[in-house]
Amino acid sequence: MRHIISMLLENEAGALSRVAGLFSARGYNIESLTVAPTEDPTLSRLTLVTSGSDDIIEQITKQLNKLVDVVKLLDLTEGTHIEREMLLIKVTVEGPMREEVKRLVDIFRGRIVDVTEASYVIELTGTSDKLDAFIQAVGGAGILETVRSGVSGIARGERSLRV
Amino acid sequence: MELTGADILVRCLQDEGVEYIFGYPGGAALHIYDALYKQDKVKHILVRHEQGAAHAADGYARSTGRPGVVLVTSGPGVTNTVTGIATAYMDSSPLVILSGQVATSLIGNDAFQEVDAVGITRPCVKHNFLVKDVRDLAATIKKAFYIATTGRPGPVLVDIPKDVTAHKTEYEYPKSVSMRSYNPVTKGHPGQIKRAVDLILAAKQPMFYTGGGVILGEASAALTELVRVLGYPITQTLMGLGAFPATDPRFVGMLGMHGTYEANMAMHECDVLIAVGARFDDRVTGDVSKFCPNARIVHVDIDPSSISKNVPVEIPIVGAAGFVLEEMIKQIKASKKQPDREALAGWWKKIDEWRKLNCLDYDRESQLIKPQFVLEKLYELTAGDAYVTSDVGQHQMWAAQFYKFDRPRRWINSGGLGTMGFGLPAAMGVQMAHPEATVCCVTGEASIQMCIQELSTCKQYDLPIKIVNLNNRYMGMVRQWQEFFYDRRYSHSYMDALPDFVKLAESYGHAGLKIEKPGDVEAALREALKQKDRLVFLDFITDQTENVYPMIVAGKGQNEMHLKPCKAVVPTDRELA
Ligand SMILES: Cc1ncc(C[n+]2csc(CCOP(=O)(O)OP(=O)(O)O)c2C)c(N)n1
Repeated sequence: MRHIISMLLENEAGALSRVAGLFSARGYNIESLTVAPTEDPTLSRLTLVTSGSDDIIEQITKQLNKLVDVVKLLDLTEGTHIEREMLLIKVTVEGPMREEVKRLVDIFRGRIVDVTEASYVIELTGTSDKLDAFIQAVGGAGILETVRSGVSGIARGERSLRV
Repeated sequence: MELTGADILVRCLQDEGVEYIFGYPGGAALHIYDALYKQDKVKHILVRHEQGAAHAADGYARSTGRPGVVLVTSGPGVTNTVTGIATAYMDSSPLVILSGQVATSLIGNDAFQEVDAVGITRPCVKHNFLVKDVRDLAATIKKAFYIATTGRPGPVLVDIPKDVTAHKTEYEYPKSVSMRSYNPVTKGHPGQIKRAVDLILAAKQPMFYTGGGVILGEASAALTELVRVLGYPITQTLMGLGAFPATDPRFVGMLGMHGTYEANMAMHECDVLIAVGARFDDRVTGDVSKFCPNARIVHVDIDPSSISKNVPVEIPIVGAAGFVLEEMIKQIKASKKQPDREALAGWWKKIDEWRKLNCLDYDRESQLIKPQFVLEKLYELTAGDAYVTSDVGQHQMWAAQFYKFDRPRRWINSGGLGTMGFGLPAAMGVQMAHPEATVCCVTGEASIQMCIQELSTCKQYDLPIKIVNLNNRYMGMVRQWQEFFYDRRYSHSYMDALPDFVKLAESYGHAGLKIEKPGDVEAALREALKQKDRLVFLDFITDQTENVYPMIVAGKGQNEMHLKPCKAVVPTDRELA
């Protein structure tokens, strides 16, 4: 199953490579990984998406918790949560396709953020599924480039990841 | 008064109560060596190869429970320690490794003798640090010792750039550490302990299975009391030997790949398994799908990630072994329920039947020296009271099978990583820590050559280690596998061109003895053990065809052991000459 694991890391040099190294050394897979500082400059927040059986996910969270730089960890998928990812995509658009793609962008509540005679750059935010669906939908237009931020997420309501 | 980083480092070691450090100098560490020169509280032991420093510190740590300290220079100095660090990591041994690094201004420039020490060691340390500012040095050293020695212990490396050792600041050693991201457990969940006790008391065919965690957690006394109160059988892993006395009849021998028949059969048939400080390693479980098929499992471990990693567990208890075992004793003594003595008697009867097979028996009439015989005699003549280190191979398994350890921290071997070359330097650390004790290094002619240079260190510091070399002119364990699984194609496992070990020992200033007949074994051991103040290298020329039994072949179940020695076809020295 797909899991979104979010953690607070000591903002130390090398902390990220400890997390990444753990995954490669133990053969766990990472689908995406994002990391950035928080409002507390001594802490970074790292979100990663991984998948595996319950046993593997249990090992992953135990092993992550064992890393000295990991302050706290939450498996967002264990409760209700909000998941977001951002997509920037550049597509070739000519002739009738210009209108067609614009309509799609509206349906997906995206935005066209750059326009030339031959191309659009589109920005879209949502769950990974939604981004996948959009990429499929615009597939007809020629995709020149895609860039995705990787997933970040936050638990709903009372549940919070804080020290 | 402001001190240099180098002086601060040495003061930290003094304040930490460090008695010995094992090291080797070089450019990036020279300020530190200069600071060491100016004092005499912390004694530096100069090894002959940095791998030896790490193993020696490890031997010191394993035999005392105190952290072992290593000091090396940057680049090749620190890369040479990596095998030793990984060895300590796999067996959860507390080490603090201090490595010199090029100056902060040069880091990342491919400077002379620069390596990314923190990067190279990351997968085999509990934690590591790069100190970039002298003002962080003392606090980092404090943290390093704290992390290395608490929770599940392990090696911690501190990489210190040369300019940091020259810069000055005020020295103050922190009295305590608290880290929001590192809070090792100490106790154990009372509710879980209660559930475990209920299950343990309800068992009909119970079994204790304990490992190195009992020794690391100083829980031998509690374990011994608990097992005796209950009267249950116990087996121990290679790393756990000595935690419970081997001469107590409740001990049924080591388990696993080369464990006893009775231990593995009892594991296979038990209905309640009480695992303490053991990690269900593949050398113990064999095929996990066939492991303890009837057992409900209690697992006590300080490291949550060890629990249910390989084998699902019914009652996990995350906690310090000593605390949990003592709590169990209290509850059992207070409980109205008592073990089912009748069921237990039947269970012991079964076990005694398995025991009758005498699975460790060997040919005592042989005209050649049997390695098992040497170890039996060594046990007898040292009255079971020696510290025994070993290398890796058949000799290691025979030492584990035939030397009956009654006390913890006496049996010192590389179980997790299986590092040949560990035995001699580890023995140095043990002997430094216990100058009056008898320290024996059981080794093979292949393993001993991996760190043989340390014979020179032994001379310099007058370490009267007794080296018991079981010389079969083969990498015996490799040869055994080739005999069993590769149709006797002995590919590159014959040890050709061996040195004359007696002369070699003598050239280092030690004594050497070569023993070729079974009748001479006892006298040679007596002679060596009498020499309290010098190293004796005993070169026993043993039977080349001997194999380690019983054996569970990888992928087989616990009850599928090879027992009967088959007649080996092993080319002898003469045929190979
Ligand atoms: C550094 C290292 N290299 C290779 C091995 C693989 N290995 C395991 S046992 C063994 C043979 C050891 O031979 P010896 O020291 O003579 O002991 P014996 O098995 O003959 O008792 C080898 C090569 C190892 N464990 N460690």
